[in-house]
Amino acid sequence: MVLNITQLQIGQKGIIEDFDIDKVPLKLLEMGCLPGNEVQLLQVAPFGDPLYLIVNDSHLAVRVETARNIIVTIPNSEQ
Amino acid sequence: MKVGNINIALIGNPNTGKTSVFNQLTGLNQQVGNYPGITVEKKVGVCKLASNLKATILDLPGTYSLNASSLDENVVIELLLNKNDKDYPDVAIVVTEVENLKRNLLLFTQIKDLEIPTILVINMADRMSYKGISLDIPYLEKALKTKIALTSSRKGEGIDELKNLIINYRNIPTEPCLNASEIDVEYFGNLRRAFPNQSLYKLWLVITQDVNFVNLDRKELPNPSFTKSKDQLKRLQHKETIKRYQFINDTLKVGQTIDLATAKDLRSKFDRVLMHKFFGYVIFLFVLMVIFQSIFDWASVPMEFIDSSFASLSAWTASVLPNGILTDLITQGIIPGLGGIIIFIPQIAFLFLFISILEESGYMSRVVFLMDKSMRKFGLSGKSVVPLISGTACAIPAIMSTRNIENWKERLISILVTPFTTCSARLPVYAIIISMIVPNKRIFYIFNMQGFALMLMYLIGFAMALFSAWILHKTLKIESKSYFVIEMPNYKLPMFKNVAINVIEKTKSFVFGAGKIIMALSIVLWFLASYGPGSDFKNAEANVMKELSDSNTKLNPSVIEKKVNTYKLENSYIGIIGKSIEPVITPLGYDWKIGIAIVSSFAAREVFVGTLATIYSIEDSENQEATIKQKLAEEINPVTGDKLFNVASGVSLLLFYAFAMQCMSTLAITKKETNSWRWPLIQLIFMSGFAYLTALIAYQILK
Repeated sequence: MVLNITQLQIGQKGIIEDFDIDKVPLKLLEMGCLPGNEVQLLQVAPFGDPLYLIVNDSHLAVRVETARNIIVTIPNSEQ
Repeated sequence: MKVGNINIALIGNPNTGKTSVFNQLTGLNQQVGNYPGITVEKKVGVCKLASNLKATILDLPGTYSLNASSLDENVVIELLLNKNDKDYPDVAIVVTEVENLKRNLLLFTQIKDLEIPTILVINMADRMSYKGISLDIPYLEKALKTKIALTSSRKGEGIDELKNLIINYRNIPTEPCLNASEIDVEYFGNLRRAFPNQSLYKLWLVITQDVNFVNLDRKELPNPSFTKSKDQLKRLQHKETIKRYQFINDTLKVGQTIDLATAKDLRSKFDRVLMHKFFGYVIFLFVLMVIFQSIFDWASVPMEFIDSSFASLSAWTASVLPNGILTDLITQGIIPGLGGIIIFIPQIAFLFLFISILEESGYMSRVVFLMDKSMRKFGLSGKSVVPLISGTACAIPAIMSTRNIENWKERLISILVTPFTTCSARLPVYAIIISMIVPNKRIFYIFNMQGFALMLMYLIGFAMALFSAWILHKTLKIESKSYFVIEMPNYKLPMFKNVAINVIEKTKSFVFGAGKIIMALSIVLWFLASYGPGSDFKNAEANVMKELSDSNTKLNPSVIEKKVNTYKLENSYIGIIGKSIEPVITPLGYDWKIGIAIVSSFAAREVFVGTLATIYSIEDSENQEATIKQKLAEEINPVTGDKLFNVASGVSLLLFYAFAMQCMSTLAITKKETNSWRWPLIQLIFMSGFAYLTALIAYQILK
């Protein structure tokens, strides 16, 4: 199943497949948001934005408009 | 015996405990200054390694990588790229943290590429067993081509081992741990041939720097024939990052094992409560209330003590020293002026204490997360919460803290509205006025009414900041790429040593910085108030006597003396200046003495109380032991004949000080951060105009 990060359920994990290189800042990559790494949606802030994620063991928050550009696949075991 | 010196640069991601390591190495032996020409804080400390060897340690701003995206991060790169810089390190120490080793190592691999001897500090090692982490240090040292010190800076463990590694820094290999140029063999081959004497990675950094950040001098680098477009460079940077992470992942797969079964996780439990959609806000509001109550309630005790001590010091000095101009200058100019500085210390120390606890504990990031969506409605970022809160101490560091806001429009608005936050310089003004117009009673047994009034003033400041942000958001037409990334660090119990050093440093620099201005102004004011032009000032005594005998009133000598002093003051230079602005400020309910205090406040607000203190003690030289507060309470409005400080004029003054832009240093920092005079001018005109209007309306309605 292919989704973007905003479509994950709270607590659900996915593997980063791809992202829109022009819309995802380098800083996010440097924090470990790279293809092949695992991402988990931990919490959604009140009013639906930003999102609290664990990416590559880093805890970080990003806005929905950025997260929308990161595509993940859900491994079968997680479905 | 000659003492050798090693230059050390301390580098690391934010939230790795880098500052704790710095504090452990240097103790109180540190100095905080600025990098020349820019307002990035420069922290240098000295560490004694052996009887004939010391290390000068530079604590560089925290950064996630060598691809700068802010002024603070740029400092790191400029230093590391310039071998001729006097601070260029003999050794680099990269501080990482055991729980985020993977991410922290990215910066380490970049530093290694610069071919500087690099020591890797893995900090917070005391949390390893708690998190089920074990490390194969010999393997990691070999793979990363470095020496590793395992430290827990909170407990001071591993610091001696680190010092030993520093002493023997010549044994540390300087070769890179991976070959990043493999990402584009052809391009880097061309670079190597074009600049055979330069380090390849340094060249790459110089070339790519302005992809993210425009500030690097590239004169030495002529444009080669094989340039790449910005987009191509950005893609290459992506590839570089991926390549580095591949290496790190491969290394850690062997060198690090994590046993998740034994890992304990308190973070998520805290997060669920502190970031709860309802309780999160309740807790945040509660934290703010505690801060403001404590500033008023706890700090008032030492403040009253300082106030009365300075009043009696003035009286004592006046009685001990022989009569004369110099004594007058000391008792009426310098001592009240000094008192006006010292009285701030308790409140400022409390403010800095709370702010550094909020930041050290990791709570501040949670607040940013909670507030982001709501702040965006006002054109601000969740990260604007940090300047708005730390603006309660001082707008200058607060404006500097906007640097990590990625979106330029959000950052600009944050800079422009931060001065509305009630800074510590307004506190003494508020404190003294509130104490005169609000009764000192308790409501519901807990809230002190004066504390409540003070909190209201803070809320007004925040509300005004948000309101003007909203106006700017609707009117400014700036398109800028928007993104928002913030690390959510693990919760930490704030470390006493870090907090204490922070509070001491900040208070010290505030007192000495503001102190110089206040002292100078008090002395100037004293001169202006003690001398005057023309015959009216010289013949004060005769004129007053004549007036009294004309009206046939009999008064005792001390009242006559006060009348003479008042007459002198009105005809002194300062009296003349004050009288000339009186038409502008009378509608606000002020007399010319307050007018003088307001005019001198344009250098910095905190001189308000000191100015009034100087003016009153010249007028009332008999009564030196009265405190500033008593003197203010006795003042009579010359127009109405009522008490000068009543509810109407008090509220009017409070509002004026809440909104007016009265701080040169803030204007200067706005100019520096926005690189234009336009924005500080807008701040000055908008804020002060608005202040005048609201003060006018308030006085006219309430009087």
